[in-house]
Amino acid sequence: MSAVADTHTQEHHHGPARGFTRWLLTTNHKDIGTMYLVFSFTMFLLGGSMAMVIRAELFQPGLQIVQPEFFNQMTTMHGLIMVFGAVMPAFVGLANWMIPMMIGAPDMALPRMNNWSFWLLPCAFLILVSTLFMKGGAPNFGWTFYAPLSTTYGPPSTTFFIFAIHMMGISSIMGAINVIATILNLRAPGMTLMKMPLFVWTWLITAFLLIAVMPVLAGVVTMMLMDINFGTSFFDASGGGDPVLFQHVFWFFGHPEVYIMILPAFGAVSHIIPAFSRKPLFGYASMVYAVGAIALLSFVVWAHHMFTVGIPIAGQLFFMYATMLIAVPTGVKVFNWVATMFRGSLSFETPMLFAVAFVILFTIGGFSGLMLAIAPSDFQYHDTYFVVAHFHYVLVPGAIFGIFASAYFWLPKWTGHMYDETLGKTHFWLSFIGMNLAFFPMHFLGLAGMPRRIPDYALQFADFNMVSSIGAFTFGATQLLFLFIVIKCIRGGKEAPAKPWEGAEGLEWTLPSPAPYHTFATPPEVK
Amino acid sequence: MRVHAKRAGALLGGLMFPAWSQADWTLNMRPGVTGISNDIFSLHMTILWICVAIGIVVFGVMFWSIFAHRKSQGHKASNFHENTVVEILWTIIPFVILVIMAIPATATLINMYDTTEPDVNIRITGYQWKWQYQYVDDNFGYFSNLATPPDQISNREDKGEHYLLEVDNPLIVPVGKKIRFLVTSNDVIHSWWVPEFGVKKDAIPGYINETWAKVDEPGIYRGQCTELCGKNHGFMPIVVKAVPQPEYAAWVSDQKAAAEKERELTQKDWTMEELMARGEKVYQTTCAACHQPDGSGSPPAFPALNGSPIATGDQAGHINVVFNGRAGTAMQAFGKQLSEVDLAAVITYERNAWGNKKGDMVTPKQILDYKKKQQ
Repeated sequence: MSAVADTHTQEHHHGPARGFTRWLLTTNHKDIGTMYLVFSFTMFLLGGSMAMVIRAELFQPGLQIVQPEFFNQMTTMHGLIMVFGAVMPAFVGLANWMIPMMIGAPDMALPRMNNWSFWLLPCAFLILVSTLFMKGGAPNFGWTFYAPLSTTYGPPSTTFFIFAIHMMGISSIMGAINVIATILNLRAPGMTLMKMPLFVWTWLITAFLLIAVMPVLAGVVTMMLMDINFGTSFFDASGGGDPVLFQHVFWFFGHPEVYIMILPAFGAVSHIIPAFSRKPLFGYASMVYAVGAIALLSFVVWAHHMFTVGIPIAGQLFFMYATMLIAVPTGVKVFNWVATMFRGSLSFETPMLFAVAFVILFTIGGFSGLMLAIAPSDFQYHDTYFVVAHFHYVLVPGAIFGIFASAYFWLPKWTGHMYDETLGKTHFWLSFIGMNLAFFPMHFLGLAGMPRRIPDYALQFADFNMVSSIGAFTFGATQLLFLFIVIKCIRGGKEAPAKPWEGAEGLEWTLPSPAPYHTFATPPEVK
Repeated sequence: MRVHAKRAGALLGGLMFPAWSQADWTLNMRPGVTGISNDIFSLHMTILWICVAIGIVVFGVMFWSIFAHRKSQGHKASNFHENTVVEILWTIIPFVILVIMAIPATATLINMYDTTEPDVNIRITGYQWKWQYQYVDDNFGYFSNLATPPDQISNREDKGEHYLLEVDNPLIVPVGKKIRFLVTSNDVIHSWWVPEFGVKKDAIPGYINETWAKVDEPGIYRGQCTELCGKNHGFMPIVVKAVPQPEYAAWVSDQKAAAEKERELTQKDWTMEELMARGEKVYQTTCAACHQPDGSGSPPAFPALNGSPIATGDQAGHINVVFNGRAGTAMQAFGKQLSEVDLAAVITYERNAWGNKKGDMVTPKQILDYKKKQQ
């Protein structure tokens, strides 16, 4: 034991290796966190440029820029890349950077697995993106890849898509195991579970969700693989299979997946709002229980994505009631955030702006979610732009704004420099305006009857589509500003103190800025 | 019948035109023309207003804090961070609100699921990318295809008033009768939606889903496929024309007579020119979406027919592919979709159009013989 400890002490004086091998072979949680974040942002730009193609085609009625086949490839790849390439890796990146520093651990519990789970991702996405250049084109059946459109009627590249999904799944599961092992084993003495920072709590619960549902996704794509290549008929009605089975299995993964994409943002915002309100988080315990309740409920609501497939009325009612129940813990969280701000001493630096926008806009997404939960009304909303508006309201100002808020909040800790506040605020306001302009009119389009995933539309939808496209272009272009801000912040700027935010709490702020390559070699004492 | 239809159409067009021209900036769902769609609309409005009310309270408190409790205004932070009573209250109150929402929702849902005692039964089958309507009580049926000219879609021509929401053969239903729709699919999953009816049901291969509507007012109602079903998902609209019962009855008997006439056509002696002319029409509505109007296809999913070994090979092989489709591909079995005449015409057309100059023809009688052999 002592021999092991000795080598460790020696190694701590080493800085990172030089050159490319530093990144290829690294087991350092900060390096891996950085790679995850860079990868995620790259994918965000790639998936975003596909959204630009979609919005450009929808700028006016008629087919102008792309043909329907390619349009469908764009919607599919946009969804897959944003979900699996941008949002999920961004949260894993934040977890890598912040969890060890928040719980007083020297690194993640399983550093080599950490390296592997990162490097699987670029390989997976290289395969996924390469399908665009294959004969017959990329997957064109939507990110939900419903059978039999994705099996019997899918393009030849579907098998590559399945392989890529498998790799992403393995990466996510390993990342989740790592998070759980780290949180349960490496907490500093005195940090009991109910003293853990909320970002750590939400990630712990997210990790359990990942372990529970990624194998289900692997299962459903494997069944597809068998149907396509080995003559089985899981989803082929003419062979005795069941196309609806696909949807049940997919959404058993898919619904917890949407919470996987939002819970860590809940955690991060629960750090940022108290910090800039200069007041402790209201209702810590109820926040933890609410996240737990949301996670548990997420397993029993999947069929609300399938209200129109003709499930029996008893099932319809059960899934409607269960889905509506989710509003209760979600409401508790929103009330807690508002109560945290109430009678605080508020200031509005960029992280706080993103966090406040998160609360407001996520709540709007929650309201439309509640409307969608009402099964009879869902018959009118289902698969229209109302749904597109809903999930973009929870994902863009939810997940993405949560990630931006976190990035601005911890950038001083990561880089040792303050970012440019004026540019940060510009980035916020342009994103805020662009995003609302892009997605709010989609509610109206959906209610007026515009189906989703169509490359061309009837004339009465023309005006709002044009508004929406202008908003989307604004939002898209603004994200290049974020890239500039981060590069500028890495290269220089005002020196950041150990705790740049007056009201911030947590072990990460006890470390110098930038955080040294190795931190908490000796665990801190938490009282 | 025609006159009636035109009159009803003109009347409705006049009534609906203002609605359509103002529809550009429509913000909200429209109440429909069935009891269910009106129930859904009031449910939608109720929930919307509840959400707005909650939003005003929550965001009100938030904006109050944002304006009044700023550091820049010298506000000092309090230090409270829990209050059990408040926390229990804001768990229970939302729960009660949800129960209040759930009661009318449950009642509406039960009503929507009640497909018993229908007056008319219509089977709706989704195909890539068209709808088939079969009047199962009266034993006739037809396909309903997009009627918008391709030139409008590709912007070579001005777009019409009902761009992408017009079909060649609309579904005709009687007003004031309970119509049961039996919804299924021949290939991938589609979804049949008419917003004004409050009816949306997925068309799933291997399943027959049931739903129903009782239309209160005569009129033309338009909808679209709402489940991604491939390339032309955006180009398979639904048009329903609701007509008064007597007009409906007259139309049904016309259709039955026409179906009988169609069966007689099989026995007629067809010339090459007649078959080619009819075949071209069938090809453009049925085959061109995949194989392209000029037979060039879009490989690899949809092979070219111009110069294809099947279209220029022996007749039996060609008939077999058109009749039975190709398992595991997007090529459907058209044997049950098209009449003998249409099958003969389209096969003849494919063998002689573009660069294919086989010079032979397939007659309806040959198809009938082939059909008999299959059974």
